[in-house]
Amino acid sequence: MAWKVKEEPAPGGAAPDVTPQGEHAPTGAQNIFELQAVSVRYSGNLAVKEVGFGVPTNRITALIGASGCGKSTLLRCLNRMNDLIPGARVEGTITYKGQDLYSPRVDPVQVRKRIGMVFQKPNPFPKSIFDNVAFGPRVLGMKEDINLLVENALRRASLWDEVKDRLKDSALGMSGGQQQRLCIARAIATEPDVILMDEPCSALDPISTARIEDLMNELKDRYTIVIVTHNMQQAARVSDKTAYFSVEVGDNDRRYGRLIEYDDTERIFTNPSDQRTEDYVTGKVG
Amino acid sequence: MSDSRRRLRRPSHRPSDRVSRTAAAAGAAVGGSLAVPVDADHLPRATRRDVVRERYFKFSLIACVAVSLIVLAILLIDIVRQGAGALSMDFLNNFPSAFPERAGVQSAVMGTLWLMAICAFFVVPTGVAAAIYLEEYADRKRWFNRAIEVNVQNLAAVPSIVYGILGLAFLVRGPFGFGRSVLAGGLTLGLLVLPVVVIASREALRAVPSSIREGAMALGATKWQAIWHQVLPSAIPGISTGAILALSRAIGETAPLIMVGAATYVAFNPDGLNSAFTALPLQIYSWLSSPQEEFKLLAAGAIIVLMAMLLAINSIAIVIRNRYERKW
Repeated sequence: MAWKVKEEPAPGGAAPDVTPQGEHAPTGAQNIFELQAVSVRYSGNLAVKEVGFGVPTNRITALIGASGCGKSTLLRCLNRMNDLIPGARVEGTITYKGQDLYSPRVDPVQVRKRIGMVFQKPNPFPKSIFDNVAFGPRVLGMKEDINLLVENALRRASLWDEVKDRLKDSALGMSGGQQQRLCIARAIATEPDVILMDEPCSALDPISTARIEDLMNELKDRYTIVIVTHNMQQAARVSDKTAYFSVEVGDNDRRYGRLIEYDDTERIFTNPSDQRTEDYVTGKVG
Repeated sequence: MSDSRRRLRRPSHRPSDRVSRTAAAAGAAVGGSLAVPVDADHLPRATRRDVVRERYFKFSLIACVAVSLIVLAILLIDIVRQGAGALSMDFLNNFPSAFPERAGVQSAVMGTLWLMAICAFFVVPTGVAAAIYLEEYADRKRWFNRAIEVNVQNLAAVPSIVYGILGLAFLVRGPFGFGRSVLAGGLTLGLLVLPVVVIASREALRAVPSSIREGAMALGATKWQAIWHQVLPSAIPGISTGAILALSRAIGETAPLIMVGAATYVAFNPDGLNSAFTALPLQIYSWLSSPQEEFKLLAAGAIIVLMAMLLAINSIAIVIRNRYERKW
């Protein structure tokens, strides 16, 4: 999918498909995101300090760490949702398919069309199930048959069989797990490249959680997934790469997050190279 | 599927074992603290003083409700007793007349309906748009946005006669020069209730959870698309309730209409925006100030008509609220 920058050609005439090979990139996979020295401030207060890593394409990357370590903040930088928070500022560079996400020529709305998001609490619109899924394609002006788009999205979110007979019913009548899968269906209806998930299972029971984890494994063939989770077992179960963040205390007792270790999930959970990571994943702290 | 999950679970065996052990230890500690024996026979009963206090508190609350209900009931009974005799189809169909037996409220009812239509047509889009700006776009750090907010609150408390003077100076005469027309009257009432609509709409917009905005914008909707397609429809029950209650305030206003020069004796219905007009409150006022007792009874009849219109408008508000009521 070509990367559009407000109807203008890419700066420097760079081909949109060129993706830099990051140092963390596993062989055979390219990185869709590259973060370099990314710091985030809210009204001047440091929230995340100098984070750098690469997110591989069509893999699941988990961000773990204690509350307040800035993993959600960082996730929201990847589709520029932080722009909506007054006073939020992002330093350093984040590239998406080789392009600077925070270049002044990049339209955040265009970014969010390609990088979808699923939130902690299921947030279906107070409309019908159909309208929830159809909203994205409609505002994006997608030309395909809307009924087909909705059906495909619901099928891919393995929700179709449960809701096909009540597409006109309110989405608010669904169970929490169904609502969250509807939110995933809604996100994939616009055919994004990446789906960001901010603790998508924290409000769900174990059975709904298992269904969403299954779904993530199915979806990673087509999408890159970045997931923030408090549940270490979940990170171990679903992700290919894991980034561990810790909370540091700076001047004036201000807390901010830092990346401690980023590696293959298997290594993080079996043989981490940093003592702090080991303490966290084995449950000694946090 | 389950295959890949099993494979992925393996690396976590060691840590998850340790976690579950600590969890079990924590559970044992909690269970221990709960094991303190509780003797149900010795649970203290509510003291007599508490019971009496509770009863007095409840009684005084009911008394307060009763005061307002009784006043309203007396008023209603008195008006209906006096005015019921005046009510008839002729009363609704006739125009004002010097003869009480031939006088009616048709021009006043039609004038009030015209005023409401013009008022609503002006105040709903303007008020909702102002509310959207203040709630969704305005940067609270800017001094002028804070100044607007404070002033909107203040304007809601300005006496209606002041709006009448404003309407006279700017709409009837002055820059707009609409004359003593139903248009000038409706717009004056619109200005009067505009702050109420703005405040009610802002509250309705604020009640829409921000997760709806974020959800829409995360799908690649622009801010305006998110507001227009998701936030505003979710706020419709609150906005329409506020707007209709504002209209029902406008329907009873008399002072500003006197200022903008509504006539009290109009023997025709408004036939256009520039038409002269009267309204129910004015008709009531004019009949009440007449020396003849028969006209006072007509005034009571007109009050019943006005209250019926109010009731109708408020029930529309309730129906809309119930129909669109949402839970998140």
